[in-house]
Amino acid sequence: MSTVTAFRRPAVDYLDALLTSQPQLPASPWARINTLRADAVAHLDALAMPTLRDEEWRFTDLAPLTRLSFEPVRSATPLLPANIAPFYLDGVTTRLVFVDGIYAPQLSSQATEGGLVVTSLPAIGVEDAAVIEAQLGRHQATRDNVFAALNTAFLHDAAVIVVPRNVALEAPVHVLFIATQTGVASYPRCLLLAKAGSSVTLIEDYVALQNGPYLINPVTEIVLDDQAHVKHMRVQRDSLQAFHIANCAVSAGRASHYQSVSIAMGAQISRYNLNVLLAEGAECAVDGLALIADSQLADTHSSIDHAKPHGVSRQLHKCIAGDSAHAVFNGRVLVRQGAQRTDSVQSNRNLLLSPKAHVDTKPQLEIFADDVKCAHGATVGQLDIEEVFYLKSRGLSDAAARSLLTYAFAGEIIDRISVAPLKRQLQQRVLAQTGSQP
Amino acid sequence: MINPNSPVLLEVHGLCASVNGIEILKGLDFSVRRGEVHAIMGPNGSGKSTFAKVLAGHTAYQVTAGRVLFEGQDLFALAPEERARAGVFLAFQYPIEIPGVANSQFLRLSYNTVQAQRGKEELDPLEFDDFVREKMKLLDMNPDFLDRSVNEGFSGGEKKRNEILQMALLEPSLAILDETDSGLDIDALRVVSQGVNQLITPDNAVVLVTHYQRLLNYIVPDFVHVMDAGRIIKTGGKALALELEERGYDWLSDEHQAASETRAAEVTP
Repeated sequence: MSTVTAFRRPAVDYLDALLTSQPQLPASPWARINTLRADAVAHLDALAMPTLRDEEWRFTDLAPLTRLSFEPVRSATPLLPANIAPFYLDGVTTRLVFVDGIYAPQLSSQATEGGLVVTSLPAIGVEDAAVIEAQLGRHQATRDNVFAALNTAFLHDAAVIVVPRNVALEAPVHVLFIATQTGVASYPRCLLLAKAGSSVTLIEDYVALQNGPYLINPVTEIVLDDQAHVKHMRVQRDSLQAFHIANCAVSAGRASHYQSVSIAMGAQISRYNLNVLLAEGAECAVDGLALIADSQLADTHSSIDHAKPHGVSRQLHKCIAGDSAHAVFNGRVLVRQGAQRTDSVQSNRNLLLSPKAHVDTKPQLEIFADDVKCAHGATVGQLDIEEVFYLKSRGLSDAAARSLLTYAFAGEIIDRISVAPLKRQLQQRVLAQTGSQP
Repeated sequence: MINPNSPVLLEVHGLCASVNGIEILKGLDFSVRRGEVHAIMGPNGSGKSTFAKVLAGHTAYQVTAGRVLFEGQDLFALAPEERARAGVFLAFQYPIEIPGVANSQFLRLSYNTVQAQRGKEELDPLEFDDFVREKMKLLDMNPDFLDRSVNEGFSGGEKKRNEILQMALLEPSLAILDETDSGLDIDALRVVSQGVNQLITPDNAVVLVTHYQRLLNYIVPDFVHVMDAGRIIKTGGKALALELEERGYDWLSDEHQAASETRAAEVTP
């Protein structure tokens, strides 16, 4: 295996340009990482930027992204805790902060006692090296995924969280990705391993301290060993000019329980691929909310793979699109042969606030077992005029009535966020965005 | 309470209204003074609920003719929310469920909006909580209903109590109660009626839209009107309701029909 990722090729297309603009990374001390990078580069050789002709991208036009060029992050922006205090969550003290993809130890508070690991990749001790070897890059495929491959080609740091066996971590772990520079590309990485019988709440939070364009291309891998419980709160509140193209791969072991709430509010174009693989008796609840306006596009592609029997999946994904915004939902539920007694319910509800807003929704149920209980459905609608009239008949203005109802529609998802200070922040943000003042 | 010197609150002249191009109200005349309780009765489809919704400003109904003055002002010049702030209140026959909006939040928002319009003090959540709990006692309502979503999962009776609770909070000068008695068992009917009775003052007026005389045993009207085919065809005192209970509506329709024909015959040369 090569130890150095030397990949200087002519910039014949956008991918090449992105690749060659980045400075060559020094070889990692981790053999695993060097291998992953080399493989990713090889995969990129065979891949091209997706277009509307690709089935997986047929509703999401990346032309606005490819018209821009993005520079690598050349130096870290010095930030003080006061700069990012608005993003702190009351009572959440375990925090890893990455500024434009670069780990900021002065803003972070690691935890490494009793076998618990919450740190950045270079700080991983030899005793935890096996985790990196065994898990990093094992769950997110790069062979057929341009953006996961790009991320992996530049893999040098990561948020790493390892929760030891049977440890219930009360305090959530807040991984905060802050964008401060415009015109740059960053490739955040996150790995969470919840060992057997453990439980943890991960907050994956994307924020910006500026309003310009940038490309952020994260990959998150989450591994639940048998009977582990993971709550994964993902909040994308990037700059409204940003491009946020993310992949998350979850491997849920036997009788484990994965809960995900993902909120997409920022970025001019955002794409979130969430793939959940369920082992025997594993359960997942995968909920999402896209709240977008202006000409934003938010695309969520989820895949829940019932690979083994007795799995349970629940999914509620909601989109609220105002102005000329465009929401996309593609929700695949796969029940493999032999995955008997699978119990799956998927629902996608969409609210269009303007005649120019639109949504493309594609629930996909693929069942190859015969003893299963599966339901799915999608609705697209506007605010109910009877509800609006009821509120107006009680004195509320038309605008107040509509924003209250919009807030309520979003509230069903926001309410599922179990971290109270985060929930409050999001409620305030949704209220500000929907314009109501209860 | 009938007081001929009391100011007129609502005047309806020759009101015609249609829904989806079908005319429902066909020249309705009606007048209410402050302090009065009116009952509008009539068979299904006579236009009672349409009249109530037209007064509240539901957009599904088009007013095609006639005029309505509320406190001397053109009611139709006001948007639904402006009517509510001016003091018109409709208790819905089928109160709307609004998942995700806490009842307490809704009630406070509504209360404060109307208070602000009247130049009165708004209440913060804590103050409002005390205030609304007092009002709920009037209707024997469990405070748990504050924490639930608006009307969601409420029984028929609970929804109607919640409507009258809103009336108690907003203190309208004209309250139109659209079939508030439907879906209520006898105990709930008594509680809701007692609540309404306590809200009646010499300065406000209540219009009860109902199919049955039963409600009028509890909320005693000063006037009973019978609607048929989009018009008020007979007006009387509370005894009229008892007569309707006894004889049904058909005799009145027939009588009205005969009277119309007689009038028609009289004007025919």
